[in-house]
Amino acid sequence: MSDLVRFEKVTCRYGREPVLINVDLSLTEGDFLGVVGPSGSGKTTLLRAVAGAVRPIAGRIVRDPKAPVGYVPQVETVNWYFPVTVREAVLMSRIDGRVVPWASKHDRRDADEVLDRLGIGDLGTRHIRELSGGQQQRVFIARAMLRRPRLLLMDEPTSGVDVRTRHDVMHLIHELHHEGMAIVLTTHDLNGIAAHLPKLVCLNREVIATGRPQDVITPDVLERTYGAPLEVLQHGGMPVVVERYPEPEEERKVVPLREGHHGHPA
Amino acid sequence: MDTLLEPFRYEFFRNAIAVATLAGALCGLMGVYVVLRGMSYIGHGLSHAIFGSAVAFYALGMSFYVGGAIGGLVSAVLILFIARRRSIGADAAIGVVTTGAFAIGIVIISAIGSFTRNFEAALFGDVLGVTTGDVGFVAAVAAAAGAMVFLRYRQLLFTTFDPEVADVSGISTARMDMLLAVLLTALITVCMNVLGVTMIAAMLVIPPVVGRLLSDSFHRMLWISVAVGTFCGFVGVYVSYYLNWASGPAVVLTAAVLFVIAYAFSSVRRRSLPEAALDAHVG
Repeated sequence: MSDLVRFEKVTCRYGREPVLINVDLSLTEGDFLGVVGPSGSGKTTLLRAVAGAVRPIAGRIVRDPKAPVGYVPQVETVNWYFPVTVREAVLMSRIDGRVVPWASKHDRRDADEVLDRLGIGDLGTRHIRELSGGQQQRVFIARAMLRRPRLLLMDEPTSGVDVRTRHDVMHLIHELHHEGMAIVLTTHDLNGIAAHLPKLVCLNREVIATGRPQDVITPDVLERTYGAPLEVLQHGGMPVVVERYPEPEEERKVVPLREGHHGHPA
Repeated sequence: MDTLLEPFRYEFFRNAIAVATLAGALCGLMGVYVVLRGMSYIGHGLSHAIFGSAVAFYALGMSFYVGGAIGGLVSAVLILFIARRRSIGADAAIGVVTTGAFAIGIVIISAIGSFTRNFEAALFGDVLGVTTGDVGFVAAVAAAAGAMVFLRYRQLLFTTFDPEVADVSGISTARMDMLLAVLLTALITVCMNVLGVTMIAAMLVIPPVVGRLLSDSFHRMLWISVAVGTFCGFVGVYVSYYLNWASGPAVVLTAAVLFVIAYAFSSVRRRSLPEAALDAHVG
């Protein structure tokens, strides 16, 4: 199976700061990959590099030119007060091959089909702010789908939504994957999302580990990824990450006492 | 009827109303992109930068308009370039670049001394003094801006709404920014003597804000903004003839009245909507 995208020792940086270092990665048809890592670990940059919006300063990125890519941004970055209806937002991604401003019948039909497919077909004329969190996420998935992508990139598709909405969105993403779309998503949710994906990349500027959740969600990998100790329990064959905050007694033990410091007793 | 048509007997009035109507439409069109990018202050800032560089070029014996165009373009590009650095932001970038350009103009004025040109027209507008040539200039820029927005409508919309995803989707957002900078500079340069630098800023903001108050759809906002700008240019100059007001302020006051009406209308409409429709970004 040929690669949709292949990273070979890719390094990217913004200004002087390297954001991705020596990343090797390949994405093929049918892949479903989750990218986890702390804030600032380069997850969004990785997605943008896959999409071709960030160029490496070292290494190379090889893309299948016949594989369109769809990109779903974090909903937190969307300007919800922008005057745009659901249908207008979706049709934005049809930018090729038409000079006049208005959408063709064909484009409108395609947009309506995608909206129907995602269960928001009756909301085309509504302003994007008037929708629920899950519906808003679907609008941007619909916009990406209108490009007929073979690879769908999603930046934290479940951040800021409730459990029910997260379940709905993930159900939809799994459906798209079963229909043959390769998917890469970033997430901070190790238990709710990452543990249920077929493959994970643990990233902290460089790739710490790649593999099945049960192989990479380990205390050692997580500590190297997040720089903090995390416990991993097993529940029904699935890893469950437990954040363990130091007990007050333990905290006292690890606080270094400087001379003249009258804070916590040793 | 004769009384209503009386001012159209004068060539200066026909030129004035034509140029103000075109300038209003042009400001309404470009103002939508300015306001939605959160750069409402750019009209104010750029007009000062253009004024400063135009004065500087004129004082050095060169063309007032060429100087304005060059200064405006350089300032607009610098603003868009600096604003891409998120740590600074568009409002601060506008403040730094345009006041700097304005200061350069003032320094050159103070160094050289006296001037023969009436700069009051550039500051406050002199719509009744425009020539047929001025009408042609404004018409040409309005046609170019209309054509550019028509041909690049989708790319401009996507870049304005979501520049990061537009970039990922293959749109050259830097090219769209440059296109906007060129059109804005051309707009302010040709409208400077018509509306005045202080009034351009208002006409770039009020019509799109009226459009936004009345619509949640981008293309309707665009049409409303152009219609409001056109209406204000026409009515403002027409009213100023009978009331013996300065034309630029009359145009802006007409726009301000429309803003108040639109604000009241949208407030009433908002109250009559169900609560669910008003709930912003349901998490």
